[in-house]
This record gives sequence, C-alpha cells and structure tokens, in this order.
Amino acid sequence: MANYYDPADLAKFGKIGDFQKPLADKYFAWYGEVFAEGALTQREKSLIALAVAHAIQCPYCIDAYTTDSMEKGASEAMMMEAVHVAAAIRGGASLVHATMMMNKVNETLM
Amino acid sequence: MSIAVKSLRARGAELADAQVQLRVLHDADVVALPAFARTMADHGVPSLVPTRMRVLQLNIGKMCNQSCKHCHVDAGPDRTEMMSRHLLQTCIDVARDNAFDVVDITGGAPEMHPDFRWLVTELTSTGIKVMVRCNLTIIVANPKYHDLPEFYAQHGVHVVSSLPFYEERNTDRQRGDGTFRDSIRALHMLNDVGYGIEGTGHVIDLVYNPVGALLPGPQAALEQDFKRVLRQQHGLEFNSLICITNMPISRFLDFLLSSGNYVAYMEKLVNAFNPAAALGVMCRDTISVGYDGTLYDCDFNQMLDLPVAGPSRHITQFDASALMRRHIVVDQHCYGCTAGAGSSCGGQIATE
Repeated sequence: MANYYDPADLAKFGKIGDFQKPLADKYFAWYGEVFAEGALTQREKSLIALAVAHAIQCPYCIDAYTTDSMEKGASEAMMMEAVHVAAAIRGGASLVHATMMMNKVNETLM
Repeated sequence: MSIAVKSLRARGAELADAQVQLRVLHDADVVALPAFARTMADHGVPSLVPTRMRVLQLNIGKMCNQSCKHCHVDAGPDRTEMMSRHLLQTCIDVARDNAFDVVDITGGAPEMHPDFRWLVTELTSTGIKVMVRCNLTIIVANPKYHDLPEFYAQHGVHVVSSLPFYEERNTDRQRGDGTFRDSIRALHMLNDVGYGIEGTGHVIDLVYNPVGALLPGPQAALEQDFKRVLRQQHGLEFNSLICITNMPISRFLDFLLSSGNYVAYMEKLVNAFNPAAALGVMCRDTISVGYDGTLYDCDFNQMLDLPVAGPSRHITQFDASALMRRHIVVDQHCYGCTAGAGSSCGGQIATE
C-alpha cells in the first residue's frame, strides 16, 4: 500500500460489491433513496452530508459532497456555514462533557 | 480575483485549432472513452435525425466586449469575424421562406455587429420571432448601447442572458471582474422597460452554467434560488432560468486541461449519459449558421468546424428537404448535451 488514501479509490466505491454483493446492493439502493428529493431538498441533504463528512473527516466524502453541493447550487457561504455547524457540534460535544467534570469536582470536594 | 482572459487565437494557443480540440477529445492515452455514437447505440438510441426546422440560429460574429474563461466561441474584443450584410439578407430570406418559428441571434456580443439593429428590424417586420443571446454587460458598456432595452421591447425580442450565479464572486470568476455589477445594472434597465415583469409580454430568461468542472443541478430548484436572491437582494425580476452544461471545447476545454479537471469531467459526462436527454437534443430542430454562411447542426459543431452532412452546406444553397434527410454529425463533445438532465440552448431537456 503506497498510500492510505488515493483519490482514484473514490470511483471504486461501487466495487465493494465484488466481495459481498447482496449487502452492497442493499446499501447502494438505500443510499440512493436517502439522497432523493423528499421532505428535505436534495441540496439540504448534500449540505448535511458535507457537514458530516467534515465531522467524521472522510476525505472521499469531502471530495464527493463539495462537488455535489456545488452542483446542487449551494454557494460557498452555505458550504462554509455547514462546516461551521459540524465544527460547532464537535466542539460542543467536548465542552458539554465539562458538566461531567464539574459534577465530579463538586462530588469530590467538600 | 478574476484575471482577464485573451482568446485562444490571440494567445497563439494550439487549442484555437478545432482539429487539435478534436484530437484531444479522441486521445485514448489521456482517457479512453467510448465513442459517442457507440454509447447511443448501446442505449438503444437511434442515430440522430432532424424532427423539424424550428430554430434558425445565426452566429453573426465573434467580437465580444467580454472574454469569459469558458467561452465555447473563443470570442473576445480581439475577434473581428462578422457576417456580411449580404449573408444576413440571405438568412432573413431563408428564415421567411422556410417558416422557421424563431431566429436565434448569437455571437460574440451580436449587438456589436454594425447591422444588428437592421437585422432584428427586418426579421420582426416580416413576423418572425427573434431571440437574442445578450450578455447583459454590453448594455452598459458604451452609451450607444444604453437604449438596447427599449429597442428589444419595441421589437418584441425574447432576451436570453447569461448570469452564471446569483453571487458576485462566482460570476466574476467566470466572466471577469465587474461583470456581476454591470449585469445587475443592465437587468434593472431591462426590468424598467418591462422585461421579466408579468403581464408585459417582454421575456428575459437567464442562463446558468456552472462556474467550473461541474454539471448543472436541477433547473427548477436553481430557478427558485435565483429568483429569491435576485428579488430580495437586488429587486430584480426575470422569467425562467435555463441550465446549460459547459461543453468540453474551446476555452472551457483549455480550462479543463490546464486545471487538471479534464479526465474527471469527461468521465462524469460519459457516466451521466441519459438516453431521454439524447432524444431531445436541440440539433434535431435547429440549424446553426456561421458568420461565413456555413451550416451546422449546432453552435458547438460550428466551433469544431463540423458542418452538416449532405449537399446543403451553405446558407446560399439552403435546401430544406435535403437538410431534413441528413444525419446529424456527432462527436465526443456531444456527451455534454446528454449528461444528466441534458442540456440545450433552451436549458434542461429531461426531468431528473
């Protein structure tokens, strides 16, 4: 393995079915339905995916959903605000645990 | 920050030559793509033949006040090619005698042609509907063009104008600094004479084409965004949004190659091949005329020097029945019109 991440691997995603087809078929069918226009627009879903991609720091997903968001007409400001939402939740997830630390402090000290 | 672009011709670039562009599109060492005609056949789409003569599209010259990075015409201020008055008169006669529904005038900036107003007046006085591909900024480029909105309204011209995005930054990135502000000014002038205003009958459609190596998104959703933002932020109205895919030719091909996006873009177009879009492509009811009178199946074939097949290859030898019997010339760039929801000069072809 020369590299852990290779941009060319993104296009090979569909090949996960080569090792286990029934599960891959189910996954991709479900994936397609998830991103279809529904109660949320396709663009809203793409921006959620872009935010999640940054939260889980998946380079393939960032590549794919930056393009997809632009193709769905998202502006640069919309995409950056989506990433800030991800960052705010990630930061908040750490900070809200400070309440545990504070509880422990308060229980421990006289 | 957008940098001024010179035409490929002015830069002496190899890609200014249509043969070089076609060679790139066929170079299997760069990316091996199935032949367009083969893909059509594999999807059960019959080879393309005309349905009728609806639109006569006249490219009356390559001169333009702008030089956009993606221009498929390689137009710009340095291009001087223009259709002669004699050929313009022949086009008028052909449009009238063959009962075309619409004459679609494009360029370059067609308004820079010295006979532009004469052409529009002659056509509309014979009852032919006229559509003009107006880049908007020409209206404010020089005081002599400031009355174009009134001229259009007076002659019932259907105006079709490029505005690649509803935000300044992305529009200027493609079309040059200051383009967005000038376009907004021009749109206000068009609104002022009734264009885009319900009940006036004066129609202005905007053209969206992606600012980069992307496919256009769903036309209806983008139209809503454009309408909302232009109304709220600029107090502007327009009729419809037309989504057009950038064809991999001329200056957009140059951008794809120099930015390293060529292979991925071509693969994207091929993978998004849509048989429904292929059946509705514009070349089936359009004849495109070059500034020298040569006939083409579309404006993109025109830029690649691919004239119509058959004996009627020049406006002076226009033969409607021979043209209706022709096979439409296709090549690898045609993947641009058949990708996803499809693309034509009238916008998205199929429902996604």
